[in-house]
Amino acid sequence: MNNYSIVTKDLTKRFGSFTATDAITFEVGQGEIFGFLGANGAGKTTAMRMLCGLLKPSSGEAKVAGYDIYTQTEQIKKRIGYMSQKFSLYEDLTVKENIRFYGGIYGLSNQQIKEKTHALLDRLQLEKEARQLVSSLPLGWKQKLSFSIALLHDPSIVFLDEPTGGVDPITRRQFWDLIYESADKGVTIFVTTHYMDEAEYCNRISIMVDGKIKALDTPAGLKKQFNAESMNDVFLQLARAKS
Amino acid sequence: MRTIFFILQKEFLQIFRNRSMLPIIFAMPVVQLLVLAFAANYEIKNLSIDVVDHDGGTWSRQLRDKLTASGYFSLYHQSANTAQAMEDLETGGADLILTIPRHFERDLVRENEVRVQLLVNAINGSKAGLAAGYASSIINDFNRRIRLDWLALDEDDAPAHFDVSYRYWYNPDMNYKYFMVPGILVVLVTMIGAFLSGMNIVKEKEMGTIEQLNVTPIRKIHFITGKLLPFWIIALFELAFGLTVGKLVFHLPVVGNIGWVFLFASVYLLVMLGLGLLISTFTDTQQQSMFITWFFLIIFVLMSGLFTPIESMPPWAQKITLFNPVAYFVKVIRMVMLKGSGWADIRYYLGVMLVFAVVLNGIAVWNYRKTV
Amino acid sequence: MQQFFVFVRKECYHIFRDKRTLLILFGMPLVLIILFGFAITNEIHHAQIAVLDQSRDSYSQRLVRKMTASRYFEVNRYLSSYKEIGPAFRQGDVKLVVVIPGRFAHSFEHEKVAAVQLLTDASDPNTATTLINYANAMIIQYQQELTGEIKLPLTIRSEIQMVYNPSLKGVFLFVPGVMTLILMLVSAMMTSITITREKELGTMEILLVSPLKPVMIIAGKVVPYIVLSFIISLIILAMGTWVFAMPVKGSLLLLLLECILFGLTALSLGILISSMTNSQQTAMMISLMGLMLPTVLLSGFVFPLESMPKPLQVVANVLPAKWFNIILKDVMLKGAGLRQVWMPTAILCGMTVFFLAVSIRKFKIRLS
Repeated sequence: MNNYSIVTKDLTKRFGSFTATDAITFEVGQGEIFGFLGANGAGKTTAMRMLCGLLKPSSGEAKVAGYDIYTQTEQIKKRIGYMSQKFSLYEDLTVKENIRFYGGIYGLSNQQIKEKTHALLDRLQLEKEARQLVSSLPLGWKQKLSFSIALLHDPSIVFLDEPTGGVDPITRRQFWDLIYESADKGVTIFVTTHYMDEAEYCNRISIMVDGKIKALDTPAGLKKQFNAESMNDVFLQLARAKS
Repeated sequence: MRTIFFILQKEFLQIFRNRSMLPIIFAMPVVQLLVLAFAANYEIKNLSIDVVDHDGGTWSRQLRDKLTASGYFSLYHQSANTAQAMEDLETGGADLILTIPRHFERDLVRENEVRVQLLVNAINGSKAGLAAGYASSIINDFNRRIRLDWLALDEDDAPAHFDVSYRYWYNPDMNYKYFMVPGILVVLVTMIGAFLSGMNIVKEKEMGTIEQLNVTPIRKIHFITGKLLPFWIIALFELAFGLTVGKLVFHLPVVGNIGWVFLFASVYLLVMLGLGLLISTFTDTQQQSMFITWFFLIIFVLMSGLFTPIESMPPWAQKITLFNPVAYFVKVIRMVMLKGSGWADIRYYLGVMLVFAVVLNGIAVWNYRKTV
Repeated sequence: MQQFFVFVRKECYHIFRDKRTLLILFGMPLVLIILFGFAITNEIHHAQIAVLDQSRDSYSQRLVRKMTASRYFEVNRYLSSYKEIGPAFRQGDVKLVVVIPGRFAHSFEHEKVAAVQLLTDASDPNTATTLINYANAMIIQYQQELTGEIKLPLTIRSEIQMVYNPSLKGVFLFVPGVMTLILMLVSAMMTSITITREKELGTMEILLVSPLKPVMIIAGKVVPYIVLSFIISLIILAMGTWVFAMPVKGSLLLLLLECILFGLTALSLGILISSMTNSQQTAMMISLMGLMLPTVLLSGFVFPLESMPKPLQVVANVLPAKWFNIILKDVMLKGAGLRQVWMPTAILCGMTVFFLAVSIRKFKIRLS
């Protein structure tokens, strides 16, 4: 894995005297599914927002898709997809209109938008609902749609911020199928989650505590390192060590 | 450019899909124009007057008839009872009382001077001022006539005096609606420009969709343009719509070239959109943005010369109006429509508007950080 | 009862934590009163005039000097021909043109009459009339200076007295007006928004399953606003009396009670609105369009009711603000007691009961 998608070195963000992310260093390879775990307030979201170019770091370095996050945020934005825990489609637009809008602002041509819309609706089996307002769809469908739209412009990396919150287990399973499908095509997936079973699906996981990365390995490696039965145990051990 | 097109398309879809939006765009202007034009009518006619006539002679009757025949006054009560008249004044039945003293006629001839009393209900100051003005000029006129009659004088025999004549230009019928309707249109356009544009941006914040847009390669400037342009278009459409309604209902005169109004409006709207944008940069909810906008707009509108002339403000307040965009547009729309002002007359004001637009939008864009 | 107070305290937190809104709530009456009180007067200041003096003799120059010596007029420009009058008006600033024909002094001295022409921009009819009245008065004054006070035979002097408000200040109109406006804003608009917000966020459901009765919940939400609106009316009254020397001729107690009554009427309207809709935005729109606008326009606060067409005058009768304005003016300016204002008071009470009854019905239907 010489070809890294994300490289960070001592990436730090301070808000006043509070250090939200404290000198984190890691690499994510191309096509890897990288899990980003931590309790609420551990600094996951801050780290992710810096990588997406939404926040300027206080110090440290990072490259996303080969571009510097201080100076080349515009190039980064063209190559990443993003799906936040808050639902990010327009509820008062139809499925098709949302696809068209996001396709448009990523600079796809009309022909491309048309083809992609067709392919996307076909894959999600949403053809019948294409002309319905997004607000009328069940949550699970919205999430899948949201993810697919984040992939619309063929980004090389997708950031997913707690993508499956509040979704039933079957839909979550389907959602992960979509993730695998994309990863197989070489898209790097950077995902934060609270579900430990989801953590098991990742290629590698990092666990953040108080702004620092306390552990980083494959799920199997971590279980071995902490001598734990499941990811849940690993997580609890780290979280307890803190308090 | 294509990005802006996609944002525009999305905005229009959202605006027209919002059910509370359509009545705001189409019904509000009509209702506002009709209600405001009739309500904001300072045209002061039909003031009701009580005449307390202690004399009861021919001249006092003539004076009363002259007052009521003027069209400004209608007789509410005529009596010789002061207490009754005072009560009319107190209940608001009468706006003013004319008291003609006992021996009015006799004293006028014998003493050459007599006083009549005008009591004016002054709770509404401007109305009282005009009422007193009308009444005393009618009384003076009456005075001159009886003097000439009684002394059988010619105008030429009078002592040296100035002969003052008046001309009311541009609105000889003194139709107050011609004056109000263009001003009301300004308020209408302003509300669309400042209120809706500000709320529209804050809504993306409130819904969380702004987060999603921020990670896309949308340029700051494209996003803002795309968000504001729809309201620029809608507001100009509203102006055209309102002018049509004004023309049809109130037979509003258009002396000048209406193109100047639209030219000015298009720059003025940039100022208002900038204001909305600026407010949206430091508010988080639509409720806050609405309150703050409302606060500014009410000050702007009250200080714009729309309802009360700028001439009636003290000098310091007149200076403040130099920074009030609404005041400029109110002035210009009236100038063009009623007086036929053209490019040479409005270009200075247009320049001021351009400066406002650049400054406000500059601050707003600078304040609006894409990276939150 | 204790639960009730816990609830009221929660509402107070909501209100006092939103600093921006609070600032506007208290700032608005101050700004409005200052604006109305100081910035909007009934006197003309520095109206721009143009002079077309075709005589340029000592009389005409003194006349112009006389006019500009007052702070009412300011010469914006001197014109040299009739042709320049139109452009001067069209340029926008000039509101009055004084035309003095040639041989002015000569005519006055030898022909005993000299003409002066006043041309006004009557696109604003009232300002035009006022300007002519002012200019006319000054010209007559100048004439008397020239001729000396000549006693004309048969002179009727009109002695004008402004009653209730001798200084002609607008204070007496706008203090009650601002009060109605702000009470409407705080009591009706804020209440309707706060209740719908609770509905929108879904927290209303949680409150409804609590042991508190729905009536208590509504009462609890409303109590802080009653207090808030009462404090604001005190501020406005205090400013009116201290800054603008506005009298309170009637009983202060009666006045305060009437303020509370109107606060209640406005609150019941707010509750009614919130019972009709589930979204904050709609509540805001209904309050703004349905309450604020009519209150400003039709309560006789800014615009005299009498000069409105009959249909609008009839519509104005259903507005609580109209009746409250009547009460305020009568009690404050005319010293009326309950005996004089019983009718508007009874109307306000009736409206309050009616609005509450309707909204309780609506709420019941919704909840069941």
